[in-house]
Amino acid sequence: MLAYIIRRIVQSVLVMLAVALVSFALFRYVGDPITAMVGQETSLEDRAALRENLGLNDPFVVQFARFVGNAAQGEFGISYRLQQPVMELILSRLPATLELALISGLAAFVFGVGAGVYTALRRRGALSTAIMTLSLIGVSLPTFLIGVLLIWIFAVELQWLPSFGRGDTVVLPWGWETGFLTQSGRASLILPAITLGLYQMTLIMRLVRAEMLEVLRTDYIKFARARGLSNRAVHFGHALKNTLVPVITITGLQLGSIIAFAIITETVFQWPGVGALFINSVRVVDVPVMSAYLVLIALIFVVINLIVDLLYYAVDPRLRVERGGVRH
Amino acid sequence: MQDTKPRGRLFRIWDSDVAASFRRSPVAIISGLVALIIVLAAIFAPWIAPTNPYDPSSLNLMDGFTPPMQPNAFTGSTYLMGTDNQGRDVFSTILYGARISLFVGVSAVLLAMVLGISAGLVAGYRGGWVDAVLMRVADVQLSFPSILIALLIFGVARGIIPPTQREAMAIWVLIVAIGLSDWVQFARVVRGATMVEKGKEYVQAARVIGVSPLRILIRHILPNVMGPVLVIATISVALAIIAEATLSFLGVGVPPTQPSLGTLIRIGQQFLFSGEWWILLFPALTLLALALSVNMLGDWLRDALNPRLR
Repeated sequence: MLAYIIRRIVQSVLVMLAVALVSFALFRYVGDPITAMVGQETSLEDRAALRENLGLNDPFVVQFARFVGNAAQGEFGISYRLQQPVMELILSRLPATLELALISGLAAFVFGVGAGVYTALRRRGALSTAIMTLSLIGVSLPTFLIGVLLIWIFAVELQWLPSFGRGDTVVLPWGWETGFLTQSGRASLILPAITLGLYQMTLIMRLVRAEMLEVLRTDYIKFARARGLSNRAVHFGHALKNTLVPVITITGLQLGSIIAFAIITETVFQWPGVGALFINSVRVVDVPVMSAYLVLIALIFVVINLIVDLLYYAVDPRLRVERGGVRH
Repeated sequence: MQDTKPRGRLFRIWDSDVAASFRRSPVAIISGLVALIIVLAAIFAPWIAPTNPYDPSSLNLMDGFTPPMQPNAFTGSTYLMGTDNQGRDVFSTILYGARISLFVGVSAVLLAMVLGISAGLVAGYRGGWVDAVLMRVADVQLSFPSILIALLIFGVARGIIPPTQREAMAIWVLIVAIGLSDWVQFARVVRGATMVEKGKEYVQAARVIGVSPLRILIRHILPNVMGPVLVIATISVALAIIAEATLSFLGVGVPPTQPSLGTLIRIGQQFLFSGEWWILLFPALTLLALALSVNMLGDWLRDALNPRLR
C-alpha cells in the first residue's frame, strides 16, 4: 500500500515536472521576453543588461530550476497584455470558474444519476427513449453551440435569464468573490452551468444506465427479489449502490475537464473566469498567462487523478491494474 | 504473395458482412445519406453556390441582413437562406464553410492516424523502453482534454509564426493542432492490437523466413489492425470537425475572410439579439447534421465490425 502511494506520488511529480518543462519552454522560447517587457525606445545596451539581470543568459538547467522554484511559490511573472502579476490575475478570476464548475458538476451528477437510473429501469418507456435520443444529440452538439442555442431561447426569445456576465457579486471576508448570494448572480449562473454540465451529464447518465443494466442481471439482485424485498429497496439499496464506485470515479475525473471546458462556456457567456483569461491570452500570445494556466490546470488534473486513484485503491483492491485514461 | 490470398478473402467476408449490416440499419442509411449530401455539396461548392463569398467584388453591402426567401428592401434580391451583415449569401458561405470544416477535420484525422499508427506499431512491436516512453507521453496527453492541447499548440504556433503569415497559415496550424491533440487514441488501439498480432503464427513465420521488421509491420500487422482504426477514425472526424468549429468560434481558428462553419456561427451569434436569426441557425444546423451523421456512422461501424456487441 505504502509503496503504491509513494510510486503514485512520484509519478504525479514527474508529470508536473514534464508540464513545467513544456510551460518553461513556452515561456522562454515563444517570442522574446525582453521585447515583450520593454518599450521600443530601449537601447540595445539596456536590453543586454536586462537580459543579464533577469538571468536569461544562464544555462538552460539553471533557468529551468529557477522557473520551477518560482512556479512552486506561485510566481509566474507579469502578463504582457495586462501588465499585472499573472498569479494575481488568475487568483482574482478563479472563484468565478470554480463556482461555475462546482454547480455544473453537481447538476451533472444529480441529473445524470437520476436519468440513468430511470432509463435503466424503464428501458422501453417513451420518456426513456426521448431521454436517450436527446442525450445522443447532447453528445454530438458542440458545447459552444449548446450555449448559443440556450442564449437564443432563454435570453433572446423568452428573456427569462441573463445572457452574459456573472450578475452582482459579493466579496466574502477572505477575498472570495461569490455570485451565490445575489438574485442576479444565481440567475446568471443557470445557463452557463447547463451548457458546461450537459456533456458530463449525458456521460454519467449513459454510464449509470449501462452499469445498472449490468447489475440488474446479476444473481444477487434475483436473490434480493426472491427474498421479497420491495422494488425500491432492490433498485436503490442493491443495484444503484453497486454502480456508484465507477460513477464517482468518472465524476471526479470529469471535474478536471469541466474546469478546462469552462474555456468555451466562459467565452460564450462572457463569464469573467480563468478560461476567458486564457483564451484572450492565446489570441494575443500573452505567454506568461498561458504557461501559468497550463501549470495550474495540470496541477488540478494531477491532484484529482491522484486522489481518485488512491480512493480507488482504498475502495476496491481488485482495481489495482493499470487503468486507461478518460477521453472527452 | 502467400499472405495476400487469405487476407483478400477475409476482406471480402468482412466487406459483405458490413454491407449487409448497413442495409439492415435505417440509422446508418439515413446518416450515410446526410453525410454524403453534405460532403458532395462541400466538394462541389464552387459549382453549386449561387455566389462566391470569397470574392469581395461580388458583395453588395445593401444586400446585408436579407431574411431568407424574402426580397431585399433595397435591391430586391432574394436569397434561399438570407444574407449576413456584409451581404454574403448564407447558403453559399455554408457550402464553402463546410468545405473548410471538412478539409480541416479530415486532414487533422489523417495526420493523427499517421502519427498514432506509427507510434502504436513501433511501441507494440518493439516493446521495451520505446513502448514505455511513448505510452507515458500518451498517458500524460490523454489526461488533458484535447481541446486544451489544441489551444496550446495553436498559441505556440501563433507565437512562432510572424504576424504577416498568420492568416495564410491559420488553416495548417489548425490541422496540426487538432491532429497532434488526437493521435493518442490511434496509438493506444494499434499498440494493443499489435501486441496481440505479433504473437500469432503468421508473424512468427514471416520473421523466421527473414522478412524485415518494417515490412512485417506494414504488410502483415498493419492490415490486421485496421478494423478498430477505421472506427476510431470515423468518430474522430466528427470530433475534429467539432474541434475546428470550437476553435474558430473561440476566435482562434480560420480568419473571418475564409469562414468555416464555426466562424459562421460566431458571426451569427453577434446578430442574435437584433433578430437576424438566420445567420446563426443555418450554419448551426449544418454543423449539427454533419457531426451527428458522421458520429452515427462511426457508432454503426463499430457495432458492424464487432459482432460481439450486436
